[in-house]
Amino acid sequence: MSVAKPAAFGDATAIAALVASGDRTAAAVVDDHLARIAEHEGDVHAFNLVMADDARSAAAAVDEAIAAGETPGRLAGVPVAIKDNMCTRGVPTTCSSKILEGWEPPYTATVVDRLVAEGAIPVGKTNLDEFAMGSSTENSAFGATKNPYDLDKVPGGSSGGSAAAVAAGFAPASLGSDTGGSIRQPASLCGVVGVKPTYGAVSRYGLIAFGSSLDQIGPFTTTVGDAALLYEVIAGDDPLDSTASPQPALPVSSKLDAGVDGLRVGIITEMAGDVIEGISGDVLARLRAAADALAAAGAVVDEVSVPSTVYGLPAYYMVAPAEASSNLARFDGVRYGLRADGTNTAAMNMASRTAGFGPEVKRRIMLGTYALSAGYRDAFYGKAQQIRTKITEDFDSAYENFDVLLSPASPSTAFALGDKTADPLTMYLNDVCTIPSNLSGHPAMSVPFGVGDDGLPIGVQVLAPMLGEVVMFQVAAELERAGA
Amino acid sequence: MAEPDSQPALSRDEVAHVAKLALLDLTEEEIDLFTVQLGSVIETAHDMNNLDLEGVQPTHHPLGLTNVVREDVVRPSIDRAEVLSQAPDVEDDRFKVPPALGED
Amino acid sequence: MYTTVDRGPDVHEPSIPDEWELVVGLEVHVELSTNTKLFCGCANAFGAEPNTNVCPTCLGLPGSLPVMNGAAIESAMRLGRALNCTVSPSIMARKNYTYPDMPKDFQTSQYDQPTNHDGWLDTPEGVRINIERAHIEEDTGKSTHVGGDGRISSAQYSLIDYNRAGVPLLEIVSCPDIRTADEAKAYVSELRGIVLALGVSDAKMEEGSMRVDANVSVRPRGSDELRTRCEIKNINSISSVGRAIAHEANRHIDLYETGERPIQETRHWDEEAGRTRPGRSKENDEDYRYFPEPDLTPLVPTAAELEAIDASLPELPGAQRAALAEAAGIEPTEASLIVERGDAGFALDAIAAGGDGARVVVHLNNNLAGGVGKLTAELFAGLVNMETAGELSSTQTKEVLAEMVETGGTAADIAAAKGFEAMGTGELDGMLDELIANHPDEWARFAGDDEGESKKMAGFFTGQIMKATKGQADGKVVAQLLNSRK
Repeated sequence: MSVAKPAAFGDATAIAALVASGDRTAAAVVDDHLARIAEHEGDVHAFNLVMADDARSAAAAVDEAIAAGETPGRLAGVPVAIKDNMCTRGVPTTCSSKILEGWEPPYTATVVDRLVAEGAIPVGKTNLDEFAMGSSTENSAFGATKNPYDLDKVPGGSSGGSAAAVAAGFAPASLGSDTGGSIRQPASLCGVVGVKPTYGAVSRYGLIAFGSSLDQIGPFTTTVGDAALLYEVIAGDDPLDSTASPQPALPVSSKLDAGVDGLRVGIITEMAGDVIEGISGDVLARLRAAADALAAAGAVVDEVSVPSTVYGLPAYYMVAPAEASSNLARFDGVRYGLRADGTNTAAMNMASRTAGFGPEVKRRIMLGTYALSAGYRDAFYGKAQQIRTKITEDFDSAYENFDVLLSPASPSTAFALGDKTADPLTMYLNDVCTIPSNLSGHPAMSVPFGVGDDGLPIGVQVLAPMLGEVVMFQVAAELERAGA
Repeated sequence: MAEPDSQPALSRDEVAHVAKLALLDLTEEEIDLFTVQLGSVIETAHDMNNLDLEGVQPTHHPLGLTNVVREDVVRPSIDRAEVLSQAPDVEDDRFKVPPALGED
Repeated sequence: MYTTVDRGPDVHEPSIPDEWELVVGLEVHVELSTNTKLFCGCANAFGAEPNTNVCPTCLGLPGSLPVMNGAAIESAMRLGRALNCTVSPSIMARKNYTYPDMPKDFQTSQYDQPTNHDGWLDTPEGVRINIERAHIEEDTGKSTHVGGDGRISSAQYSLIDYNRAGVPLLEIVSCPDIRTADEAKAYVSELRGIVLALGVSDAKMEEGSMRVDANVSVRPRGSDELRTRCEIKNINSISSVGRAIAHEANRHIDLYETGERPIQETRHWDEEAGRTRPGRSKENDEDYRYFPEPDLTPLVPTAAELEAIDASLPELPGAQRAALAEAAGIEPTEASLIVERGDAGFALDAIAAGGDGARVVVHLNNNLAGGVGKLTAELFAGLVNMETAGELSSTQTKEVLAEMVETGGTAADIAAAKGFEAMGTGELDGMLDELIANHPDEWARFAGDDEGESKKMAGFFTGQIMKATKGQADGKVVAQLLNSRK
């Protein structure tokens, strides 16, 4: 059964224009979306928390401000869903983990502040794989999210709730976080646009860290134009994040209509079926179709090898867990979150962590602790950090001859719930096409480009040089126009 | 090339030791399971040895920024009541924990 | 304001048998007195209400991020340069271990690329102690152990205040170059003097803004082996540094001499009991899993920055001692106390204004421990001149000096107001004539060959004259008169 969003439900750009002009109230927009949530959320389970009351009062405030003649924000009245690993003051923020159940942060993430400052209305906190560790949103302590296109299938992950919320029409836009593909892979599986900006382009302040040197926040939307709008709102330097790029947000909306005539597009050889195994035929077919569409629009298309990307997966599964093992040490039952009994502090710490973390989180903490431990650090964590340099260098040399690169976003369409939960390594393979950009920090996005043999959505990944978001969106917009 | 039936990538004892470092109290079954599962991930991690990494600098920061610092100016702290309201246990405006050295 | 210098009494510091030699390295933590903490804008202040100087970052709340305090880096580099360290590009690293007063359950510190390394410090006695590194890290919060007898071992629970969490520290790690407990004390004292001269910390051991851990081992004198060392924590005064090291060294020696050997472990100094005790077993079995802090960028000082730091360094205690010794004609070690109290500049000014160097030093050492108050270097020199000219006795000088500190008046005015007239030799001669006439026996004993008797009677006659003059006579002048009549 499909509960995918009806085509006429309105995108963020359209809603903001209507609300700004007074043709529609924010209250009415929010009510429509809350009604849709009420109707289908029971099936999809995109949310850990629906903020109905907060959303209604925020909408009323937007309407009042507009009535009072204030300049409406760029996202006036646009409902947004927020992945539940971004802090919202006074609103429970759980990371879909029992260890944080009920925690109300005393502060708000920079990205949420920026959305709200432009008139956007948070309607809920979306479900995720616990602490963003997973590719199916089945690792949530609060139950799995379903793919709106087929409720027996996963939405991908870890930002499955945010992808599903947009696909189901619960909100025209949402925020996700992407550490190894957690925006792009669910975007592909849910038939929406998903963007992982350049590392540092968007502030991480208030994003509960998984792999700090890999994490990046980005938008889900139904259109490339909406994604550009969201990007321009949330990107830009933040004095609270030392690793944020000092640049202001890039003007990614500026070239959406510019076309691709003369642009050089490179299909990553390793991800085009010959080297990395396990990418399904229909996915590869859509990749070829996308390349053809760009060529038809005047782009120069060729294949290009980025050889070290094949080492992305093993490197990632050392670096990300290593950083995570340290980032998640603080969940010790002392200051916030779950506390289990223990006769001394260390016993209490251990009991709380053991009771609070789910199996996949424990697995990754174990893996990361091992990768950093005495005698293994250089062989595992150390090598993996060197491989990042290799991958970056390989990408950079590819970009000497190409403006953007192209690859699948996910090796397959949405798979059945429970299909890959038994073997972690099989699940990890979902991120094989997305991980290299996290390791290098380059921007990449998934654009819907048709469906697979099963009729489920397939996304194509557009990759670009560091802070090359403008050309990335430019090409994505062309793919959107070319349609399926 | 690894010998067939060569030593597993990870021993059960190592898993138990790492669990202690990570402050996780794993059951015997979990230790068995993780020994196999983590072992297979570590096995694939050995693929990294196929790449010549001699002299390659590690990447710790994708953007390569340096010297990001702030001015030494006091900013308001947050409300104590709001912070303590989230704590599992509090006494005298401080976070309360079991004794450091109670019985194990 | 003056801080008292605690070199402490040397009582209870056991001696080390001659056939053994100490091998000691010190790790000194200095809290940098910046306005704000190392990674957030919370106030870096001692003594605030519990958990009031806290924010998401220093509480390690999920999602929070650190941003480096530029002033802390500068202080660290200044101290590094003052310790003759090489200042290099550095990175922050995570030291992973769990403790409830450490909010992130890792400490953001430095590991293989510290800001300062390879320096040295010369003690006032001229012993050079090499410094391995001086790295930046954050402080922890404070645990109070409640119940039982107040010790951690018997507590029923603990309460944590995170005000101190995230305060910037510089950890100065010496090489194992220290060979005696006195050298260790001199090193800490000198380091403290440098820190105070730079103004980068108030370095109060009793408040914990300066903390000393000692790595102690012993070896047979003449050997160059390195034997098992123990790390001694919880040393909270400079005198305890000496006592703790001497006790620990003797513990090792006792073990070796009875055929046993110490095990490498962390031990805690128990001030009351005057001994070290084993620490928690956990402290001895750590795997810190260091890795570069991904949330902070590398620190790369420019050549211009380093030049500016070098140019801005104040005169350090060693140089101050040398300058004062030269000006006052004393040994550099005799200038230590004045330099430690921060009075070297005052002393040099008083000498420059014409005051006799030796007297200036004596008064500063003995009579101005409580501070110079309203006294200026020029007024001080005026007083010293009256004293050396014999216009004031040393007792009178002391009394006038005390009042000058209070009021800022001139020595001449205060002496006049007190009726301290210069007592001429003629007047004293007359008095002495009378005394000799009235006490012929005593005079004979004074003039006799028995040295002891003579000394005793000198005291008698001086005392009589002092009594008659109500203390206004100069003791030295009286002594000269007595001897001239002998």
